[in-house]
Amino acid sequence: MYNRPIVDDSLTVCPHCDLLQRLPDLPPGGSARCPRCNKELWRRRDDSLNRTLAFSLAAAVLYIIANVVPMLGLTIVGRAASTTVLGGVETLWQDGQEIVAVLVMITVIIAPALQIGLMLAIVLGAWRTSAPRWVGTLMRHHPTTRTWSMIEVMMLGVLIALVKIADYATVIPGVALFILGALVFVLAAMQASFDPREVWDKIEWAADGVRHTAGDGRASGAAS
Amino acid sequence: MSTGAAAETYSTAMRQGLHGCGVCGLISRPAPGAEEGRCPRCDEELAFRKRASIQRTWAYLLSAAICYVPANLLPVLTTTTATGTDSDTILQGVVLLWSPTGWPLSLIVLVASIMIPSAKILALAYLLVTARRGSIKNNRQRVRLYRMVEFIGRWSMVDVFVDTFTAALIQLQPLMSVSPAPGLLFFAAVVVLTMLAVESFDPRLIWDAASSGEQVHA
Repeated sequence: MYNRPIVDDSLTVCPHCDLLQRLPDLPPGGSARCPRCNKELWRRRDDSLNRTLAFSLAAAVLYIIANVVPMLGLTIVGRAASTTVLGGVETLWQDGQEIVAVLVMITVIIAPALQIGLMLAIVLGAWRTSAPRWVGTLMRHHPTTRTWSMIEVMMLGVLIALVKIADYATVIPGVALFILGALVFVLAAMQASFDPREVWDKIEWAADGVRHTAGDGRASGAAS
Repeated sequence: MSTGAAAETYSTAMRQGLHGCGVCGLISRPAPGAEEGRCPRCDEELAFRKRASIQRTWAYLLSAAICYVPANLLPVLTTTTATGTDSDTILQGVVLLWSPTGWPLSLIVLVASIMIPSAKILALAYLLVTARRGSIKNNRQRVRLYRMVEFIGRWSMVDVFVDTFTAALIQLQPLMSVSPAPGLLFFAAVVVLTMLAVESFDPRLIWDAASSGEQVHA
């Protein structure tokens, strides 16, 4: 059964301490923190949708390149070997570590793809003044893809592996390594330019008859 | 720039009988007498607090603590060379990496793989015990500890990636080959289980004892 919404839009609840409070009007780039537990409640972004779209398109391109070209190579006494991101997963699977292989696959291939893909869909879906309900569904699941997307952790791991292997063989950093390095920053910029409040204000509500779009007045009231 | 939100009503949503949606942030009121409901905007299932948060967090945490033992005792990598095979645990990997030039990386692995997982387990256990007892002390520090644990946990995965790509690259049979060993599964399990524990813990429980008092200070 659906709850009855509280219409006052500047009221907010801190997700970390449940304190009921009023959000101030913020200039672009300004942020509001909970006075009790110091949790950041809202950071207003300038030109959020455009910038998020630009960064997520860039991330999509980098992601695709990073997954098709070799990431690491080595030569040792005349023999050469190289691996891609997926190659690491394959080796784990072949060596009988299927569960770990699936985990690595999720954290460095599937979750980042979803993180970028859902973000693109959200931004495009929220382009109009009122956004359809599926945008809300994607918004609900986006934080999970972010939690499990671990490109930056993998980068550190690859660098350590590289130093380790350098003891035995000549290591050749592949193109994907540099692309992934760039992707880490583009992903961070994509998340930083996104303002979920702006999108939630436009979304068509799940409960029929309560309020179809919240875009009329209250959204602009909070955002301007 | 940062401005503090104006706390006009020094009260929690729960005391006012309101649900703050954890997904979209909308505040809504459940049907009279109901504990649970659905967010009218994003369709999320709402409750005043995450359901059975303390029990579920303990369950994940204890499973993680159990996996922590084999994760550290069993080898994570097996190296096969012409002269024989050699297995390394995580700690042995740290020692192997230690060299005049490689020690910073060795230190990263030591911190990320051994210190962070154990610190995470201890920190969450402390948060669970104090929340259960209804402690009203050090609330700000405790919620900060929770955020640190939440932020830092993913970095423990670094050793899984080190081993994955070392094994993927060094496949030069019969000269030398490296393959993952059973300890890796337990180690990955510790990381995943502690991340799930963090997610199932409701930080609002830290504040509930203080909020239920008459005077709630902001």
